Amino acid sequence: MLADGGKAAALLYLAAIVQAAVLNGASFLGGTPDLLLVTLAAVALLRGAIFGAVGGFCAGLVLDVATLQTLGLSSLLLTLAGYWIGRYGETTGRDRAHAPLLAVAVITILYAVAALAVRFVLGEYTDGSIVGDSVFPGVLLNALLAVPVFALGRRLFRAPDRVEGSAPVRLLG
Amino acid sequence: MGLLVLLSLALITAYFLESEEGGLHDAQSIAASALRPFQIGAERVARPFRDVYGYFAGLIHAKGEVERLKAELDELRQEVVGNEFAAEERDRLRAQLNYRGSPTFPRDFRQVSAEVIGQPSGKLDQEITVDAGKSQGVRTEDTVVTPQGLVGTVAWAARDSSLVRLITDESSGVSARVLRRDARGIVRPGGGASDSLVLERVTKDQPLRRGDTVVTAGWRSPEYRSLYPKGLKVGVVASVGQRDTESFKRIQVAPYVDFSSLDSVIVLVPRGR
Repeated sequence: MLADGGKAAALLYLAAIVQAAVLNGASFLGGTPDLLLVTLAAVALLRGAIFGAVGGFCAGLVLDVATLQTLGLSSLLLTLAGYWIGRYGETTGRDRAHAPLLAVAVITILYAVAALAVRFVLGEYTDGSIVGDSVFPGVLLNALLAVPVFALGRRLFRAPDRVEGSAPVRLLG
Repeated sequence: MGLLVLLSLALITAYFLESEEGGLHDAQSIAASALRPFQIGAERVARPFRDVYGYFAGLIHAKGEVERLKAELDELRQEVVGNEFAAEERDRLRAQLNYRGSPTFPRDFRQVSAEVIGQPSGKLDQEITVDAGKSQGVRTEDTVVTPQGLVGTVAWAARDSSLVRLITDESSGVSARVLRRDARGIVRPGGGASDSLVLERVTKDQPLRRGDTVVTAGWRSPEYRSLYPKGLKVGVVASVGQRDTESFKRIQVAPYVDFSSLDSVIVLVPRGR
């Protein structure tokens, strides 16, 4: 558990730095790839909702510090994203081959909508058309990014051994 | 999960309620200083790849761009000679009148070079992070430029890094004038996802044409003065239009600065600070 926590922390930290310093300014096909969101999705799907929520909170803080934005804003969104993906991975999406791509596609859209809603509540400039134009290219880019990121995630986070059947019973009398 | 959500909401609330000198801002500033080397490293590792991409992307438009630049160079060479005569006469007349004007760059400012270490996090956020802060003399509302032209202002200066609000941000407005014309207005973002700008509040009687240069007005009154020094290049008039039902012209301005590929900027720090 501790080793997995360390690996997740390192992976999310690296993803946050690369996202803030490099990818935020990149534009392909009208959208921007979100490496941090995809990495969080990988961690949450492979290690569960609590990992996803805590990882999202911490990664969000790193992102807000690196970009000097409002503290807590990215943490809020990524906590919810990490928890939702983790719950999906623990329930409906368990052992499904399409789970990573589906999770990334859905969370990209939900994250963009939630970010717009939070900006609106905070009284900042919002323009739904700008977000709408970039969200579908963003889904495509994140889906492409998901393939190598999930492959790396599976190598780093091996599936936990499951105990099949019940434990043997020892007679006392 | 509920605890983390509550903690995030508490952070957002506390951050909004406190001033820029508050504890959370200070903590953020210190943490940003710690992250700075990693951001610089990541940006430097990625730069060659970005340059290669930009090189091949630029090749597509290269031929047309060369022709346009040749024509522009010829025009500018002619202008240089005229400008030198005009500058001589201006300096002579200023000395005679003992004229004291608004602050101008580079005379009244020293330059602090800064690398861009953080990019806008979406099309709605037009702010970048640069690796110069209070320890280098940078303060909030300092002007930020590149050799090409005006970039924006410092929205918040942390200890070793600063948040720069670009002139393409929705909350930005630059008082500007058109060179060699009498037109003055306010440069604001053009709206939408592009980096285009509009020059607002120019009356219909002002004769403007495509290709006119827009610079900062740098006005000064007894109580207030413009955030920006006078004479900084903003952009070039891309189109001029007007409607009978409107009071002002509709002027589109193409900025000189390419905001999608900012690698380094210059922060103008007033001399004597």
